[in-house]
Amino acid sequence: MIPLSYYMILSAIVFVTGVVGVLIRRNIIMILLSIELMLNATNINFVAFSYYLDNIAGQVFVFFALTVAAAEVAVGLAIIIALHRGKATVNVAELNLMKW
Amino acid sequence: MATLSFLYLGTVIALTAILVVAFRKPVYSVMALLVMFFHIAGLFVTLHAEFLAAVQLIVYAGAILVLYLFVVMLLNVKEDDSYQRQVKLGLGLGLLALTQVVYIVSTAGAPEELVREKTAPVAGNTETIGHALYTTYLFPFEVASLILLVAMIGAILLAKKGIMGPDAGPLKESK
Repeated sequence: MIPLSYYMILSAIVFVTGVVGVLIRRNIIMILLSIELMLNATNINFVAFSYYLDNIAGQVFVFFALTVAAAEVAVGLAIIIALHRGKATVNVAELNLMKW
Repeated sequence: MATLSFLYLGTVIALTAILVVAFRKPVYSVMALLVMFFHIAGLFVTLHAEFLAAVQLIVYAGAILVLYLFVVMLLNVKEDDSYQRQVKLGLGLGLLALTQVVYIVSTAGAPEELVREKTAPVAGNTETIGHALYTTYLFPFEVASLILLVAMIGAILLAKKGIMGPDAGPLKESK
């Protein structure tokens, strides 16, 4: 049987990749994709714990995380389309209206 | 056999996750993410979460990624997708965080003591989740439907013409 910590390390790798993606990418679509990576990393953890602790609650939580991810993508992409229409860019370095 | 499949799935998931961030063209990134979602669904199957594996494929690979692809192609992004200036700083911070997590997980080893003996399943995976969802988690389930409704209305309103277009005020003078 595979140790539970292997799943946690895999999940950590995917999550940190998502964090690095948010930090280093300029394209706002890529930043949203990196957030998807992070959400999926947590899902791996939830399902692994649900299996190893023999508790269905983890899988139910993944179900809710999926709902929130779907809502987040719909609203986020709508915001990107509105931004692109207003400013004609998807580069976060150029979206500096609220920068002090 | 279980170890072998975990090794394969884990390697592909980690590699494609890095590729998603590393590819310069958004379409390639979306394709790498598609491969990752399929392998995560495979990982769910090995963890006996068959319902979630199916939902992962239908919702993530089927709906969310198509939405991404649609927006990437709709916006027709030019080839100026360079990285931020502080790439090295970001990579260094990520590596630091990863080292910390791996160190904590490998030295503490606490989760292994919590692992319980598997009880024989009384019903299938889908039945069990459905039962939990409609009894214990009934109220969160209703809230989830409300979140989806709000997201739907918000997406329609935000993507509507004229909310941030040339005739709408706030962003115009900053051009």
